[in-house]
Amino acid sequence: MNQNLYRKRIMINRIGISLSMLAMTLGLFVLLWILSVLFINGFKALDLNMFFQSTPAPGTEGGGLANAIVGSLMLVGFATLVSTPVGILAGIYLAEYGDTSKTAEVTRFMTDIMLSAPSIVLGLFVYAILVAQVKHFSGWAGTIALSLIAIPVVLRTTENMLRLVPGSLREAAFALGAPRWKVATMVTLRAAKAGVVTGVLLALARISGETAPLLFTALNNQFFSLDMNGPMSNLPVVIFQFALSPYDNWVRLAWGGALLITLTVLVLNILARVYFRDKTPG
Amino acid sequence: MNTSTAGSGTLDQQSLDDTKELGAFMETSSAGSGMLDQRRLQTVKRQRFQDFIFHKITLSFSLIVLVSLIGIIVSLAIAAWPTFKKFGIEFIWRVEWDIINEEFGAAIAIFGTLASATIAILIAMPLSFGIALFLTETCPTWLRRPLGTAIELLAAVPSIIYGMFGLFIFAPLFAEYGQPALQSTLGQMPLLAPLFGGATNGIGILAAGLILAFMILPFIAAVMRDVFEIVPPILRESAYGVGCTTWEVVRYIVLPYTQQGVIGGVMLGLGRALGETMAVTFVIGNSQRISASLFSPGSSIASTLANEFGEAADFHLSTLFALGLLLFVITFIVLALAKILIIRTERAKGLKT
Amino acid sequence: MNSIIRKFTVAAASALAMVSAAHAADITGAGATFPYPIYAKWAEAYKKSTNIGLNYQSIGSSGGIRQIRAKTVTFGGTDAPVSGAELDKDGMVQFPAILGGVVPVFNLDGFKPGELKVTGEVLADIFMGTISKWNDARIAALNPGKKLPDQSITVVHRADGSGTTFIFTDYLSEVSSAWKTKVGKGAAVKWPAATSVGGKGNEGVAGNVGRVKGAIGYVEYAYAKKNNIPHLQLRNLDGKYVDPDDKTFAAAAAGADWFSVPGMGISLVNLKGADSWPITGASFILMYKNPTDKAMSQEALKFFDWSFKNGKQMALELDYVPLPDVLTKAIAEKVWTQIAK
Repeated sequence: MNQNLYRKRIMINRIGISLSMLAMTLGLFVLLWILSVLFINGFKALDLNMFFQSTPAPGTEGGGLANAIVGSLMLVGFATLVSTPVGILAGIYLAEYGDTSKTAEVTRFMTDIMLSAPSIVLGLFVYAILVAQVKHFSGWAGTIALSLIAIPVVLRTTENMLRLVPGSLREAAFALGAPRWKVATMVTLRAAKAGVVTGVLLALARISGETAPLLFTALNNQFFSLDMNGPMSNLPVVIFQFALSPYDNWVRLAWGGALLITLTVLVLNILARVYFRDKTPG
Repeated sequence: MNTSTAGSGTLDQQSLDDTKELGAFMETSSAGSGMLDQRRLQTVKRQRFQDFIFHKITLSFSLIVLVSLIGIIVSLAIAAWPTFKKFGIEFIWRVEWDIINEEFGAAIAIFGTLASATIAILIAMPLSFGIALFLTETCPTWLRRPLGTAIELLAAVPSIIYGMFGLFIFAPLFAEYGQPALQSTLGQMPLLAPLFGGATNGIGILAAGLILAFMILPFIAAVMRDVFEIVPPILRESAYGVGCTTWEVVRYIVLPYTQQGVIGGVMLGLGRALGETMAVTFVIGNSQRISASLFSPGSSIASTLANEFGEAADFHLSTLFALGLLLFVITFIVLALAKILIIRTERAKGLKT
Repeated sequence: MNSIIRKFTVAAASALAMVSAAHAADITGAGATFPYPIYAKWAEAYKKSTNIGLNYQSIGSSGGIRQIRAKTVTFGGTDAPVSGAELDKDGMVQFPAILGGVVPVFNLDGFKPGELKVTGEVLADIFMGTISKWNDARIAALNPGKKLPDQSITVVHRADGSGTTFIFTDYLSEVSSAWKTKVGKGAAVKWPAATSVGGKGNEGVAGNVGRVKGAIGYVEYAYAKKNNIPHLQLRNLDGKYVDPDDKTFAAAAAGADWFSVPGMGISLVNLKGADSWPITGASFILMYKNPTDKAMSQEALKFFDWSFKNGKQMALELDYVPLPDVLTKAIAEKVWTQIAK
């Protein structure tokens, strides 16, 4: 009897669904577009020298990113060393004691905000408290800035994962008379290991591509350096500098570095997901 | 949780083996002699003490986040003090950026930040709504995970890559095709004309907004998916049962039910967009001026910091810290609101207590 | 958990050991970005020949001055020379290390490099925004017989603070009193023209000039040359129109009287000489007369001595202009001798 209304409803539904598919396609298209641009430009730059030679001076042929790669590995590595224990222990606190304490509630809330806080401000902060005080840029300053970004990621994932551990498991351990710290570290944390590792991997992925906070902290270094107390070369800042330079081989290296860093981040992300899915179904 | 439960059975065994005190405790319960009672008391005392230490240690680590947050505000405020002392609160709405004569105001950078972030939200909001709708309602189950992951990977691509992509690939195309097309369509309408005027050089506030849109899209889409999924199946199914179309279910059931969470997700995206640095620095055009046209170059707080920090001295440096402080405060407010809205949605649905 | 902690400790300890073992003493400098490419090039060559490294951080001129005042580096680099009085106050010496040129570039259909002539005053007025069309009578008067389009001018400038901007605005201030009073010179200035667009780095400026019809901007000479961007011919102080190249830069430097100002902090813009390119600049080095680490300062001087002698070709390849021998000799005799050994 109301054929028109029915047709109209079907029509609106079709339009809505089509638009949502269009949005999905657009999202996928942009991802593929960015990745293909990266792969095309990046693979042209990729060769063995990239891993064994340091960044070239302008006008010098060839050259690589060895110093930047090692620098990035060290910065990210130390930041992970710092942020993993801090994040996990803090996460344990929120999961174990966090339900009753007001401090814990505030901390949880602030951590969520820090997760999305502008990273460049963290760079400014480290510049103000460290670089401006000791008066020189350093790898350590970069490490601290990156740690500040990574800690909230590890913290929140750890807490969420610990909360997924069945209560019966903890109760069983308590019933055996185990003290709280042993229950937390040896029972719940072990049960939630996969999730925690996921958090660390995600944090690693997040800080690997960070540029802004390193501009004011680790800065850059033309040469190969393992001195964390001095300015440290790192991939993101090298890419930033080289991409906007007039020298062809610099621009080429920037694309190569961009590919390298994106691959690392994407692989870490996918690894984190796969690892988590395999270890903890649901 | 099955595998981990199975795994932790052995782990429990192992941890029991480790636990000498616990072993002693078991012995005492069977033997029950006075000396062993003494031991039991000591064990309990020691464990209490260990737990106390453990509590304090984990507490202090969790406070690191809080302390650094306060540290950020305090240290930036100290570094920014000369600026606020000279210009007062007026600094925030002064339209001035003259480095040589040391006359500064934050309005230009704040305008650029808000304008680019607003554009990004306007574009990303419908797109992520579409994506979330597709992934929760119409997408075949086997495709959900790969497609969802793909969208999330958009968030994983480092900011600087978006910047290079935006400047080298997107901007030239946008200048050649996108902007002239906009100018000849929307730019012809009486009220919108000033927004699309000026030179079409591919970079500017609109370009920055477009790039930002795709950077924040995965964050908004993820929150929307999460809150869409907390809608009780019974509501959804009843609606389908009375003959609603998918669109109607989403429009009249899911969306009203999750309204606050959706807004929270959008605000979360906004918070991200406000503080984004590298991508914006590459494409916003970096000009210290406010202009009506969306095609015109501008600058955001973050891009100003990235551009000028290196060559800044003394007072100029303090001004940049003041900008950083403003950025932090603005994003803090936006993110806090977002968080409150999302928590409220989840709490109302009984997911969190 | 214990094993995890143990692993961390071991990893941290070994990493620390690695760090301290690799700690080698490099010469350190920091400052201006304009000369960074050539300092980096010299450093690379110097390391090859002597195995002594030099780490120059291009953090900007003001950063360089900050760092040397804080004594965290052996030398500071700056594009804007420090005044003699301030040098005396700090007990520092200053000498130029390299010369380079800045080139105004434009994008106008039908014009090839060097086909458009302007004077300094006209260039300043274009960047001021008082000349806003390419067919302005004042541009036309300088280019008789050329057909100039009725097109508005878009000014493109550096968005980031830069020595290039310092040299360029130094020139505009020199040739236009209006520019001097209203805008001034600096690593970043408030661009007055209503149509101005900022570009990040040389690339950003060149990219904008290349994309926008009717645009005018300025870039380092190396950049204009490498990418073949059309440049403007400029009238120099002697009234002759010149093209930018290493010869006209060198001609500008030849007209300079370096020791006329304490600390050698002269400006090289708009100098006399028939062939001199008017927008030429020097980049300076700052060092302490009585440094805390005397040996390191001597190492730094050795580096510059080596570079002045062996680095000329490298400088030319990167489109900088090396200092003439007379000048480097004078620097060694008059300036370096003031630094305590």
